[in-house]
Amino acid sequence: MTGNPETGRGYLAERGWRSWAYTLDHKRIGVMYLLTTIAFFLVGGVFALLLRLELLSPQAKYFSDHTYNVFFTLHGAMMIFLFIIPAIPSGLGNFFIPMHIGARDVAFPRLNLASYWVFVAGFLVVLASLVSPMDTGWTFYTPYSAKTGAAVATLSFGIFLIGMSSILTGLNFIVTIHKLRAPGMSWHRLPLFIWGMYSTSIIQVVATPVVGVTFLLLALERLVGVAFFDPAKGGDPVLFQHFFWFYSHPVVYVMILPAMGIVSEVIPVFSRKPIFGYAAIAYSSLAIAFIGFLVWGHHMFTSAMSPLANAIFSFLTFFVAVPTAVKVFNWIATLYKGSITFESPMLYALTFIFLFIIGGLTGPFLAALSTNVQLHDTYFVVAHFHYTMMGGTVMGFFAGLHYWFPKMTGKMLNEKVARIAWALVFIGFNVTFFTMFIVGTRGMPRRYAEYVPKFHAENVVSTVGSAILALGILVMMWNFVQGLRKGARAPGNPWYALSLEWQSASPPETENFHEVPTVTAWPYGYGTPKGPPA
Amino acid sequence: MSSPHAEHGDPAVAFETAKLGIWTFLATEVLLFGALFTAYAVYRAKFPALFQAEHLKLDRVLGTVNTVVLITSSLTVVLGVDAVRKGKTRLLQAYYGATVLLGGVFLCVKYVEWTAEFSHGVFPGTNIFFSLYFVMTGLHGLHVFLGMCVLAYVVLLARKGRLSENYTTPVEMSGLYWHFVDLVWIYLLPLLYLIG
Amino acid sequence: MNHGTTGARRTYIAVYAALVALTIVTVSVSYVDLGMMNVVVALLIASAKASLVALFFMHLKGENRLVWGFALVPILFLLLIIFGTLVDTQLR
Repeated sequence: MTGNPETGRGYLAERGWRSWAYTLDHKRIGVMYLLTTIAFFLVGGVFALLLRLELLSPQAKYFSDHTYNVFFTLHGAMMIFLFIIPAIPSGLGNFFIPMHIGARDVAFPRLNLASYWVFVAGFLVVLASLVSPMDTGWTFYTPYSAKTGAAVATLSFGIFLIGMSSILTGLNFIVTIHKLRAPGMSWHRLPLFIWGMYSTSIIQVVATPVVGVTFLLLALERLVGVAFFDPAKGGDPVLFQHFFWFYSHPVVYVMILPAMGIVSEVIPVFSRKPIFGYAAIAYSSLAIAFIGFLVWGHHMFTSAMSPLANAIFSFLTFFVAVPTAVKVFNWIATLYKGSITFESPMLYALTFIFLFIIGGLTGPFLAALSTNVQLHDTYFVVAHFHYTMMGGTVMGFFAGLHYWFPKMTGKMLNEKVARIAWALVFIGFNVTFFTMFIVGTRGMPRRYAEYVPKFHAENVVSTVGSAILALGILVMMWNFVQGLRKGARAPGNPWYALSLEWQSASPPETENFHEVPTVTAWPYGYGTPKGPPA
Repeated sequence: MSSPHAEHGDPAVAFETAKLGIWTFLATEVLLFGALFTAYAVYRAKFPALFQAEHLKLDRVLGTVNTVVLITSSLTVVLGVDAVRKGKTRLLQAYYGATVLLGGVFLCVKYVEWTAEFSHGVFPGTNIFFSLYFVMTGLHGLHVFLGMCVLAYVVLLARKGRLSENYTTPVEMSGLYWHFVDLVWIYLLPLLYLIG
Repeated sequence: MNHGTTGARRTYIAVYAALVALTIVTVSVSYVDLGMMNVVVALLIASAKASLVALFFMHLKGENRLVWGFALVPILFLLLIIFGTLVDTQLR
């Protein structure tokens, strides 16, 4: 199991599929998650492009309405359940949590491997459901989902398995962070990525079982006719929405908190300044996770909830903005008077801040009851969550990929190509999604294959943007492949960063560190512009 | 156990780590059943008369018997933990074996109940009350069954001589899980059988 | 944590007796019509039994604050989902 230091391939030294399929090494499991989730990101992206293609013309042109419904369901379900939820936590988290805290592995390595294979089983079941693909949207609302001819029970079971994998990962991380920190690694010396991951794990552990049982009930309703969500038998379809959003709202913080953690890592490194407001950023992660649990009802303002529930959920939703803004202010304060350099990880981190501010500030419009009712289920909502989820989480993910690529692979990326890809992604993203804010406020509803002709021009612009975005992502992927094949050898610490993972070899050995490090300071003590840390 | 990943150094730390792991797992279980308890609360508040009428169709005596069976099985588990802490692994096997048997008795009684209900034409799709009843007791029964498997595995470990007073982790962790399953039933009994 | 004395065994058996007794009480009370109080009494007794199991059988009594935290936090979320949902369904 030990990586041979002579080869310089570290944990990657062993070859053959068995060395991957049976590995207990958190780094290899993380890499397997990354490759799997990126594959689904690309597939989900193809569905998005097909949607944009259809929207080139106001009339249904290329696909039938049903096919269009299937496409947006698959785009949503794949991006959410198979890419964005597992990508950063299970992929980058698996790789870097033990390295960040100075551990040799996670607390339960076997469970970790099991969680990956449960995930694989889950997505295989999801793929099996494609024989009769879903057309319900990724939210599976009853009563339609209880009646449609699609393979809802199969897909529910697949997502149940994926949820189980997510729970096991979260459990593993919580215990790892509590119990396996290196000597001297007190809570206030933890990298902020760990704080983000810890908060994320709490959500995964507490919220996921609820959606698991919800999908179980949905499957049982179709199989044996239990009455939970069936109005004909006194069941309440809105209860499904409560359960669904009790999970699915907090889970947007499963997506965003780790990305915020990555941004908190990248910004001090490329500004050569200590992070500003460490404690504020750390505790705001926990606060976001906690407040995130109190606001699930804001997805249901038009679902005939009680007026009091509407008011309470609306009121509480505004509070999410507070810890979120705390983070943004602290990042900006960290940048202030820093010796900023614009390597690709930093470009994506800054993009995160820029896009997330737009995504975040369009949130209060949706939190407020009156405007929500106007904007509900319009493209404004689509734009809002793509700015937070893609502009936020995915940009954070890209920042992490570029930042840690040398550590994970031992190879450097071509920086020039990386910047070209970034520029294409940045332009393409904004052209695609900003137009959606405009058509959304003017009343274009989401989830229709056809629309009134007055929105034609904007939709053409948006589709052109999506092509630019896709091109940027292709260039990025090509750059990754080229980097792997013929990138220059990466030194142990190419960015002169202070956190523990950079103090190991690139790529790290199987045991991560020759000896378990003793920690004497926090990882943000940058004092010198460029060059080795003091 | 020879891989470098299995080591946590100190066995006491390894024990604490496992314990935190199982408590975290139980937290997920609380919310798993929690969704069903929520559904119960919503529908009981909405249809009090239905719950009043329907719960009388359940067999209160069998429910009570099963409660005592499950509580007894919890006692045998905790006595098994006590035994292994003193290094008495044979006694542990006896107690955990008894627990598996009691779990089996519980499931048999459940089987008798469900059969009787089916023969009276009562099914999971009959109405909200019975949807809740069958799903809650079914999910709980599944947990009992899985617990029996885990405890049987612990007995097997003990027979192979893998357990001692210095290594009690599998015994204590499976025990905590079993107590949790008992705990869920403690609430299911009144909610389903007694106050409908 | 104390590693097993005969005192521990005695405690377990006493707790067991209490659990059986409480079961008999709650079943007996269910035959008496107390209106809404039936629910309250049944849930109180169930919670008393659950606490006994958690404190003594699951050894929560001798655990440190971290384990207590892990045991109690999910209860908070349980209450949150129950009452958060009831705010809607009860007041529609």
